[in-house]
Amino acid sequence: MKQSSGWLPGFSRRNFLRLGLTGSMGSLFGLSAAHGRGDHALHTGGMTTVGEVDHRRNGFDPHELLTDWDGGRVSRLPDGRRLREYEIVAEDREIEIAPGLFFPAWTYAGRVPGPTLRATEGDVVRIVFRNQGSHPHTIHFHGIHPARMDGVPGAGEVYPGGQFIYEFEALPFGCHLYHCHSVPLKRHIHKGLYGAFIVDPDPARHPEHAEAARSRLLGTPQNARWQEMVMVMNGFDTNFDEENEVYAVNTVAHAYNQRPIRIERARPIRVYLINVTEFDPINSFHVHANFFDYYDHGTTLTPTLRTVDTVMQCQAQRGILEMSFADHEPGLYMFHAHQSEFVELGWMAHFEVV
Amino acid sequence: MSTARYWLHWLLPPALLAVAIFALFKGDWLVELGGAPAPFEDVVVERVVLDEQGIALKYRVDSPDPVTIAQVQVDGAYWQFTQQPEGPLSRGEAAWIRIPYMWVAGDAHHLTLVSSTGATFEHSVDVAQATPQPTLAKFGAWTWVGLYVGLFPVALGMLCYPALRRSGRGVIDFALAVTLGLLAFLFVDTLLEALEQAERAASLFQGPMLVLLGAAAAFFGLRAVSRGGADGVSLAWRIALGIGLHNLGEGLAIGSAVAAGEIALGTFLVLGFTLHNVTEGIGIAAPLTESQPRLPTWAGLAALAGLPAVAGCWIGAYAFSPQFAALCLALGAGAILQVLIDVGLYLHGRTASAQGLTGQPLLAGGLLTGMALMFATALLVSG
Repeated sequence: MKQSSGWLPGFSRRNFLRLGLTGSMGSLFGLSAAHGRGDHALHTGGMTTVGEVDHRRNGFDPHELLTDWDGGRVSRLPDGRRLREYEIVAEDREIEIAPGLFFPAWTYAGRVPGPTLRATEGDVVRIVFRNQGSHPHTIHFHGIHPARMDGVPGAGEVYPGGQFIYEFEALPFGCHLYHCHSVPLKRHIHKGLYGAFIVDPDPARHPEHAEAARSRLLGTPQNARWQEMVMVMNGFDTNFDEENEVYAVNTVAHAYNQRPIRIERARPIRVYLINVTEFDPINSFHVHANFFDYYDHGTTLTPTLRTVDTVMQCQAQRGILEMSFADHEPGLYMFHAHQSEFVELGWMAHFEVV
Repeated sequence: MSTARYWLHWLLPPALLAVAIFALFKGDWLVELGGAPAPFEDVVVERVVLDEQGIALKYRVDSPDPVTIAQVQVDGAYWQFTQQPEGPLSRGEAAWIRIPYMWVAGDAHHLTLVSSTGATFEHSVDVAQATPQPTLAKFGAWTWVGLYVGLFPVALGMLCYPALRRSGRGVIDFALAVTLGLLAFLFVDTLLEALEQAERAASLFQGPMLVLLGAAAAFFGLRAVSRGGADGVSLAWRIALGIGLHNLGEGLAIGSAVAAGEIALGTFLVLGFTLHNVTEGIGIAAPLTESQPRLPTWAGLAALAGLPAVAGCWIGAYAFSPQFAALCLALGAGAILQVLIDVGLYLHGRTASAQGLTGQPLLAGGLLTGMALMFATALLVSG
């Protein structure tokens, strides 16, 4: 064999250059099916899952999950407060977490992550929870609530076929989550029982930051200019060795890599970022070519971290990221965990700024 | 007993068995016991090829349930791949997966196949290096390696024949005892190697049973063809055959280990195998002291014992499969066991008629010397 560039016998320098230039190595290796698809010239360099997930069969599409806010059924209570009523059913369901790779999940409402519940600070939230799964489950909300509404064994645990009604005031405002708190905890969480719980601030309660509060409050004109999206960082242990085989944002590996998230340049971005990854101590978010302000837990109206391009979260930690591409040229901007391990196992995505 | 009744007794059991089988498939009482178990999936990676195209691996499904490989990880990263043939594979079926991955020479790489149910199957390349391509030059080089570790040392050992012939009876008996010792060593060595290869094969090949079957077939096959021919020349031919099969296995081991990046074929390793095999030539020559074989016979004996190493190197480097290697080695073990017995009987015949000319200590010493020689030279190549 011809000696080549030294560090990599077997690859001639010429071939190596071609690899670098073409990104995906389809032309060299006669692969066509495995290409990054669509019109986007994505630079996977070959590092990608192969094929496409059938979102229709899954019953949810990661792109729709981004903005699928669920305000519940809204009414007024006699005391004038707003009531938001939800019905959530837990059920066992096999979901496709990477092309051709099926995971026997436990779900809220048939999807992973579960519905993104969105309320306003001070609303009364009432959730009718029915368990049609094969094991006992709860919904434990990260928020302020009475002990009997905690959603743990002994306080709101529901056996298969049973029902429980959780009711509490939506407090504090911020970016929160809910998850099953039945035991064994690791299994109940990593099987898919979690979701986002967003509480928008009530501008009337925060006169000193009323404008910031209004920009957070869904339905206001100030909020409408923002491009908001929820991202739940999760992982799946498919072979029960307590290590994840797949990492993703909103469940499907490489979903926003194979089809980037479209961003309008002029409008700012707000990401509700939540980490529910099991088995690993932390997860992280890193954006290329840009910096963001970060509001840890989303419970403040001024940033807790300013001008960072990477933030890390332990499990159940969450926060709000605000950034703008207004001064950037259009193009593909990568974002991903900055643990290379997670990147290579699916937590890799792109914004397509237009 | 009438003819009809005679046949009835032969036919009744299979007929009843057929009824029982029918009942088993028709009845559903097994469902009560088992329900619907989760699919059990297993695959065995049989071959890995590293080249300019990246990494290619051949896997075989080794479980009752079919397996679909959904994704492939290289060193913990999902990677592009293609599979030929595509789709799910049933038990015993094999496919090639090709991954355009820039592997790093000298590093270890870990391959993980992820099935549609999320089961993972792992295979490691210990030291990545380009798999030898079957070019004419490589083919030639492998031939030289085979000749060097197989034919050359055997022929070298035979060169001491004239000296052996002029030696006294005691020396010849000692040489035969050495042969016995070396054959005993080779038998155990070959059998263990066969079982080791069998372990790597898909379980549907029933590796250990395959080894037993192969060894028994070689043993009884050789016994059948060699009946009555207990003279020195025919014994030498059978020793040569047994050693030849062993050397085929040795060649397979060298070729496949180098191709798989498990060992680097250094000068020292080749030298080790060569020294190890010199003794084999003496072993073949030992029973020939009472006959005067001509040169063609010598050449034939050397070729039979040594040339299979060349074929072994070729096959090991380019078309290795663990089940095939296990079978070859098993045949070798059976053949060696057969000549082991023959040499023992031959030696027994000589010493029994000689009335204590050569005593037990001498034979025991020869036997131990043979094993010790093989052990010592094997140290050079074990690792």
